[in-house]
Amino acid sequence: MPSVKIPRKSTDTDMTPFVDIAFLILSFFIMATKFKPPAPVEITTPNSVSTDKLPENDAIMVELDKEGRVFFTMMATGTEGAEAKRSVIENLNKTRNLGLTDAEMKNFINNVGIGVPFAQLKSFLAMPAEQQKGVRQPGIPVRDSANNELYYWVRDAYAAFAGKKINYLIKGDNASVYPDFKRVLEAFTKNDIYKFQLVTTPEEAPVGSELYRERTTGGGKPAAN
Amino acid sequence: MASIDSGGGDSGHKKGPGVKKAKKLSTRVDMTPMVDLGFLLITFFIFTATMSSPAAMQLFMPKDTDKKEELNKAKESGALTVLLGKGNQVYYYEGQLAPDASNFKTSSFDPETGIRSVIMRKKKTVADVEDMVVVIKPNEEATYKNTVDMLDEMTINKVKRFALVDITPQENELVLVTQQAGGIK
Repeated sequence: MPSVKIPRKSTDTDMTPFVDIAFLILSFFIMATKFKPPAPVEITTPNSVSTDKLPENDAIMVELDKEGRVFFTMMATGTEGAEAKRSVIENLNKTRNLGLTDAEMKNFINNVGIGVPFAQLKSFLAMPAEQQKGVRQPGIPVRDSANNELYYWVRDAYAAFAGKKINYLIKGDNASVYPDFKRVLEAFTKNDIYKFQLVTTPEEAPVGSELYRERTTGGGKPAAN
Repeated sequence: MASIDSGGGDSGHKKGPGVKKAKKLSTRVDMTPMVDLGFLLITFFIFTATMSSPAAMQLFMPKDTDKKEELNKAKESGALTVLLGKGNQVYYYEGQLAPDASNFKTSSFDPETGIRSVIMRKKKTVADVEDMVVVIKPNEEATYKNTVDMLDEMTINKVKRFALVDITPQENELVLVTQQAGGIK
């Protein structure tokens, strides 16, 4: 009997297009990725229809988490930024008698966010940076209006950035309560700072609203805030 | 799969003695490790990517002043006071608060029937849009989210004049009573 020969097909597939796409996606992600700056706490920001870009430099950021803890961060880079930070910590060291050493002040300059009362600042800054991350910071005291420590931070930071236009960012958590937010604002208004930028997650303007109509008809005018 | 196909092919025909045949090497390269690495990197970048960058919302606060004459006056007809309480509840009244609190109403953040419709209606009924002022008063239990949402409503509805003000004890009392009556926790 003649046997029927089944032609053997190769199992090899040409993966070239597949690989092409894979690397295309890869290059896209490499380009599009911006690494998250290390944040002292996890904060879920509320949504807003605002489209303004967040400034990244020459800014003071105050974070407010859901437990009402307040963190202070100076967003400044380069030698100028380091100098501004140095002048802040030196000034605070003098006016508040913190007794910080040079090494501890340097630690502050390299640090991201501060969330401890002045009384604990020395012991906090004495820790190596790696250890600081593991420590649970109690937050800068703001609740007592007579001893709103954030006020001093803002005052000295404002002085350190003197002559520059700086942005004041407030990043609050969805679940934090209004009184805490108010006290953060107080720390600024006492320093005669009245202009803030709230950090929010962008969302679309709701359908049917005036803003939506303006944006869809393409008035070209940015939304007035 | 994408594998090398090296070797083979050199044991073909004989050309005769003395003719040396160059060894034919395959040009195919095994791409598997490269692809592996590629996908590893893709996964890494997908996980670390922060797609939506945060946006900044402008907020201007008024200067603190104790002097009565420095305070901004608002026309009663154009005033809308919004009170924020706990449980995402919104309360509002137009003009002055009536002594018997008859104009004190409850609303919500509902996109259709909530406070947005109130603001839109107010904007339509007010004689002069320039006179419209929205006063936002969150109480002690209002969340930051609600406060920002309310400020956002101002942008959405293009209300030019609005203020973030402390709640008065009388208003707070009304909010608390209404909350209790409504069983809002």
